[in-house]
Amino acid sequence: MTSPRLTPARTLSWLLLIAFAFAFALPLIWMFLTSVKPGSQTVLAGDGVLSVLPTPLSQTPQYAADNFRSVLTDPVVDFPLYLRNTFVVTILSVLGTVISSAVVAYGFARVQWQGRNLAFGLMLATMMIPFPVIMGPLYVLFKELGWIGTFKPLWVPAWFGHAFSIFLLRQFFLGIPRELNDAAKIDGCNHWQTFTRVILPISKPALTVVALLHFVFVWNDFLGPLIFLTDRNQYTLALGLQLYQSQTGNTPWNLLMAATTIVILPVIIMFLIAQRALIEGIATQGMREA
Amino acid sequence: MSTRRHEDSVRTGLLWISPWLLGFTLFLLTPLAMSVYYSLSDYPVLERPVFIGLANYKRLFTDPTFWIVLKNTLIFSLVFVPASTLLALGLAALLNKELPGWKFARAIIVLPTLVPAAAAAMAWLWLLNSDAGLINRLLSPLLAVFNLAAPAWLQSRFWAMPAIIIVSLWQVGQSVLIYQAALREVPESLQEAAELDGLTGLRRFWHVTLPMISPVVLFNVVIGIIGAMQVFVFPFIMTNGGPGTATYFYSMYLYDNAFLFGPQMGYACAMAWVQMMMVGALTWLLFRMSRKKVHYRGGGA
Repeated sequence: MTSPRLTPARTLSWLLLIAFAFAFALPLIWMFLTSVKPGSQTVLAGDGVLSVLPTPLSQTPQYAADNFRSVLTDPVVDFPLYLRNTFVVTILSVLGTVISSAVVAYGFARVQWQGRNLAFGLMLATMMIPFPVIMGPLYVLFKELGWIGTFKPLWVPAWFGHAFSIFLLRQFFLGIPRELNDAAKIDGCNHWQTFTRVILPISKPALTVVALLHFVFVWNDFLGPLIFLTDRNQYTLALGLQLYQSQTGNTPWNLLMAATTIVILPVIIMFLIAQRALIEGIATQGMREA
Repeated sequence: MSTRRHEDSVRTGLLWISPWLLGFTLFLLTPLAMSVYYSLSDYPVLERPVFIGLANYKRLFTDPTFWIVLKNTLIFSLVFVPASTLLALGLAALLNKELPGWKFARAIIVLPTLVPAAAAAMAWLWLLNSDAGLINRLLSPLLAVFNLAAPAWLQSRFWAMPAIIIVSLWQVGQSVLIYQAALREVPESLQEAAELDGLTGLRRFWHVTLPMISPVVLFNVVIGIIGAMQVFVFPFIMTNGGPGTATYFYSMYLYDNAFLFGPQMGYACAMAWVQMMMVGALTWLLFRMSRKKVHYRGGGA
């Protein structure tokens, strides 16, 4: 690929892009720099900008180790436990969403039945319903079911299909040549066999995107755990972080930023590994009507 | 091409989508129905709901806090949605110039959308700290030149709302990706034709590019409004609605009513239905208003 010459206009655009990228990166850079500073250096009003770096620099690994150890061994806020809780909820949720959404998406893409478009339209419409509208009665419902005090409110619904994931997979299934279905049918496959032997094996990229997006969605959820988890021992990381911030009212900033880094790190790692798939998946979200 | 519509029975179809049908009935229709009934009841959750007709809805009109949270939520939406749309469109156009390192810049712009809102709130709480936060460390010397004090951000009745809007704008990355994809779909030939007609820069964007991507923009504006009307996590963690009621939003008051104040589940559900009506009305209005303005390409799109 040959890139066009850098004209003055392009240079200006380029500087603008760099400025924006820097602005977007700044909160995370500042968070990380604070997380490796000793507490004594954190809150100093009136300090210049250069004081963001810990001094002496050679001590930084030691400061970082101290801060992160202090967070992970906090006597009140049990981050290792919250990490485990979050993983349990996330894995059960992602598994459920991928499996159930794939089945439903096949029903919307490859099974030819009367009323299909109507049902699909209804499903798309449900995505517009704001969660706050149903959160109260949902709590009452889960309470009646005896689910409050367990993780169930956070993962069981995921096993009944997730509207956006179904939409995403349906689009992908529609793109698979119909001839494959016909060939499978001639070979004597029924719908279930076609689904498991033909469609699923070639849909791995789409299934991965759905899994990744749902992982982020569950990992980041705050309102759900806030409402449905009543026992501190069941908190997820997002809730634990807030607890950590509010427990004393004056948690040192360097420790709070170390805790924040711990919560963000898994998502960043995942992003680094699967950037392309995630970016494609996110971009699809706005193309629903196409 | 395939003329074989309905070669499978309705039963087969329903069987395939049965997981969603079950979930839809159980976790959406049921709470919605419960919500209708509760909104017409006095329901402190620990006791059974008592039917009181439209009293909850009537109470809303005379509840000063309701009007405050409604006003705050509308102000937030009216600033945030246009601002995020402009920012996202601008960034998308900038990225699509494919300048050196644009993929790296895109990664940096997208990353914040994946950061848990609770964690983003903590990072910004520190960034916006009025004494020692980075933003005021940068601003103070600049503003001192003009004898101005740096804003107290989250501690200020005036600046708390802009602060919440700024934090929300940080997570604009998803729209950027969507607009980037949409802009790529605009035929090159059209751009060139416009250029021959003497349309350049912003005018070309306004007259040629924007109409071509208007369906995507409209859709994202609608989604953006629906999201903005539900704003919750950032103000909940960063200001808890304060100072005073400066950043007290609709969903926060609804949450407080449903789980804290009493609780008053019936009143919260009435609020929920009013929110639902507003979201529905706004969506309808936008689609109506833009029927003439939005271009859908091709006949059977």
